Amino acid sequence: MALIDLANPTRFLRFTERVLPWLIAATAIVLATGLYLAWNAPDDYQQGATVKIMFIHVPSAWLAMGIWAVMSLSALGTLVWRHPLADVAARAAMPIGAAFTLICLVTGALWGRPTWGTYWVWDARLTSVLVLFLMYLGLLALWSAVDEPSRAGRLAAILTLVGAVNLPIIKFSVDWWNTLHQPASVVRLGGAAIHPTILTPLLTMAAAFFLLFVTLHLAAMRNEILRRRVRTMRLRQASAA
Amino acid sequence: MSALLGRDFKLALRTGGGALMGVLFFLVLIALLPFAVGPDLPLLKRIGPAMLWLGALLASLLTLDRLFAADHDDGALDLMLMARTPLELSVIAKALAHWITSALPLVVATPLLGLMLNIEPAVSLHVALTLLAGTPALTLIGVIGAALSVTLRRGGLLLPILVLPLSVPVLIFGVAAATTPGEFGAPFLILLALSLVSLAAAPFAAAAALRQGME
Repeated sequence: MALIDLANPTRFLRFTERVLPWLIAATAIVLATGLYLAWNAPDDYQQGATVKIMFIHVPSAWLAMGIWAVMSLSALGTLVWRHPLADVAARAAMPIGAAFTLICLVTGALWGRPTWGTYWVWDARLTSVLVLFLMYLGLLALWSAVDEPSRAGRLAAILTLVGAVNLPIIKFSVDWWNTLHQPASVVRLGGAAIHPTILTPLLTMAAAFFLLFVTLHLAAMRNEILRRRVRTMRLRQASAA
Repeated sequence: MSALLGRDFKLALRTGGGALMGVLFFLVLIALLPFAVGPDLPLLKRIGPAMLWLGALLASLLTLDRLFAADHDDGALDLMLMARTPLELSVIAKALAHWITSALPLVVATPLLGLMLNIEPAVSLHVALTLLAGTPALTLIGVIGAALSVTLRRGGLLLPILVLPLSVPVLIFGVAAATTPGEFGAPFLILLALSLVSLAAAPFAAAAALRQGME
């Protein structure tokens, strides 16, 4: 089956119905492995056990930015190729992205308290992630302000692309602005600067979070398609009556 | 395009809205500041440039929601969509008219307000210069927001939520250029770059939003 076949919502529903159970199982297995590895990872010599917050915090931070990138691709799909499922994908990703951003902010605050002695500082990385969260909320607000889904999708797509300009700013904010947050240490020139005993569980957790996102996203897309069908049926019913 | 520019210009000046309202709002905001933080002159001097920037940002938001909404109400926007002039150019003309009538008066008023906030003349000249360089970016980002929210009910409420997060970089580099002594050059150039980039991108985004919104 070619990828283009999935453009048909009915085929998409049938395909995801078959794939989702496997995805759920894979997510559960990788997440369990990741949690086990993270549990047995050595404590940091300075931070003690609090360093384990990282295994939640860092993957959700990656997803917070990654989901905006996914939505930007969907936005291109909506505006350029008029792909019928692109705005469904964008709409389904939005609340998930906002949730991961919130998780990142909250775990970051909880981690900051014992290590930095404060829940919140106006530091570059923290502030820019907060701005990202606000952008997610603005996008959701824009979507809920428009009645018709396909028009909402196109307007939201434009805003998503404009907002994508901020992604590199968030990525490089730790290098540009005054900061308490540590600079990039996993994805950087010259390889990761983390010992394998920490890096392996971290990457496993990242894989688990990624699978979790794919699962949630596909499920949310199914819901969105069904919701739109219900809406169309209601409209037809109303116009017939 | 020049006709559109002239028309918006006249409308802004004669209807008693735009031009003066922005400056007045700016003045009120700056007048409220000493009530909020106390009339402590050294403190005001320290936070003054940042407050001027914040005031300019909020004042430029004030008139944005009417930018396309008025044209939408009286049907002029439909004519602009159908006209032979590319919509992108019309958007630039409207943005320019908005910038001249609402942002430029702020820049002119800045040294005077700087005086009230106990900012040294040289520093407030710096602030005015950074505002001159940065407000085009603010206006253009705002135009995107205005175009997105034009056909929505209560779009005026949505507008600041959409626009303000996007204007964070402009604010960062604007305040950096205005406040750090001896480090004027680099942030100022970035500020100019931000304005140029938004000039290159915003008209297309705004025109696309208008087309999608009006369908």
